[in-house]
Parts: sequence; structure tokens; C-alpha cells
Amino acid sequence: MADPMKIRATSKDGVTEVKVLMSHEMETGQRKDAAGAVVPAWFITDVTAQHNGKTVMQAEFGTSVAKNPYLSFKFKGGAKGDKIVVSWVDNKGDKRTDEGAIA
Amino acid sequence: MNEQRRNTLKSGGGLGVLGLFVAAGLIKPEAALAAWDKKVFDAKTMDDAYGAIGSGKPVASKEIAITAPDIAENGAVVPVSVVSRLAKTERIYIMIEKNPSMVAANFTIPEGTEAEVTTRVKMGQTSNLHALVKADGKYYFATKEVKVTLGGCGG
Repeated sequence: MADPMKIRATSKDGVTEVKVLMSHEMETGQRKDAAGAVVPAWFITDVTAQHNGKTVMQAEFGTSVAKNPYLSFKFKGGAKGDKIVVSWVDNKGDKRTDEGAIA
Repeated sequence: MNEQRRNTLKSGGGLGVLGLFVAAGLIKPEAALAAWDKKVFDAKTMDDAYGAIGSGKPVASKEIAITAPDIAENGAVVPVSVVSRLAKTERIYIMIEKNPSMVAANFTIPEGTEAEVTTRVKMGQTSNLHALVKADGKYYFATKEVKVTLGGCGG
């Protein structure tokens, strides 16, 4: 199981800004290890963020996204204390869901 | 059997591994590959990517702004922001022209979400960043060159 995400969400003037930091290697499949064997690709493919059950962001990642992916976006609405739920799935089928509250 | 497995792993990379898991019934294919479009992410040239996305030849637009450093000292972590002022922006793609897997990410923007995303990408070498935006069913793009001092791919 991967490490938890860091989720920060702040609401200002009716717009909520969400910042997510995921913990993942995001291995490209291009790198070789010390023995010269290719390190297989291992990366997050899908990210979904929901606010009160409504999807507010859906992203698909490729191997060019940097290690420990960062994502930020803004949506209209959202009140202090509302929960933001973010989930990701990687290409090995591992997944993780975390939540944060709007501050 | 073992030899075959080895080849599958080698040739297919990560997706080969995924295929094995799927074949073994460990994970359901629909759960693993909800909507992830392999064809788009496998594109090696801009034209391939446009073909896989089905965008045709996009139109250059000044309504799309890319924020990224002019010079990235470390190609492993390059912050990129894309803002689209086009009405009804539905989706934003970030592409790195000279990366081995050039489509870095795409973002679907539901109604109520602003057409503004920030993420961090890897860049193997100095390259153009492309932001492809689907707005109201049409495709637009903007580019920005980022010079990379130290590559972030390979090892």
C-alpha cells in the first residue's frame, strides 16, 4: 500500500483551490538498474477528485509526470469543512483514496 | 512457460505486468484501465498524439497560457501550469514534444471547475511543451519552450 496523499483545500470568494501531493515512484520504464535490466514502468494512470460526491477533476497521467505527482486545480463552490476525496489507480492496479477538508 | 513470462514482462513493460494480473484474475480490467487511453499515451510524435486523440490539426490560440520555467535546472521536476480562457473548456492535455512518452497527462474539466491546472512533469531534454485544449468540441493549442540543463529521464 502506498503512502497517503497530502490534500490541501482552501475556499476563497466562492472558489475552492485544491492541492494534492501523491506519493508514487512514477517509474518511466526507460531506466535501467545497476545490472542493466530495464526497470518496468510503474506509474499512476488515473486520478479523480470529488467534492460532496460530485467529480470536480479527473486526470489521466502518463510516465512523463514527475515522481510524487503534484496536482492543483480550482472549482466553484465548496464550503469550509466540506470533504474533498481524491483517489488514484496505478498501472499495477494499486490504488489509494484519501480525503481532506476545505479550510 | 517461464521463458514466455519473461518475454511478456520485457516486451510489454508495465502493461505486460498489468496484463498478467488481469489474466490471473487478480484485478478486473475495467477497474485497472477505467478510461486510460493507451493509444494516446503511447504516441511518439505530435501527429500520432493528435491522431490518437482525434483532434485533427489543432488551431493555435492566444487564449491558452502555459506557465513553466524558461530554463529548468532539473528536468526531473518541471512545474507546469496551463490556463485556458476558451469558453467551454472540456479537457486539457500536456505534451512534451521530445519525451519518449510525449503525452504527460490530460485533465477533464467538469462544469464548475476552472480551466486551470498545475502539475509537475519530467523532461528528458530541452523541448517544446504543448498544451492542447478541447473547448466546445474543437481543439486549440499553445506551446512554450523549456530549456533543460539536467535531463529527468533515463539513468
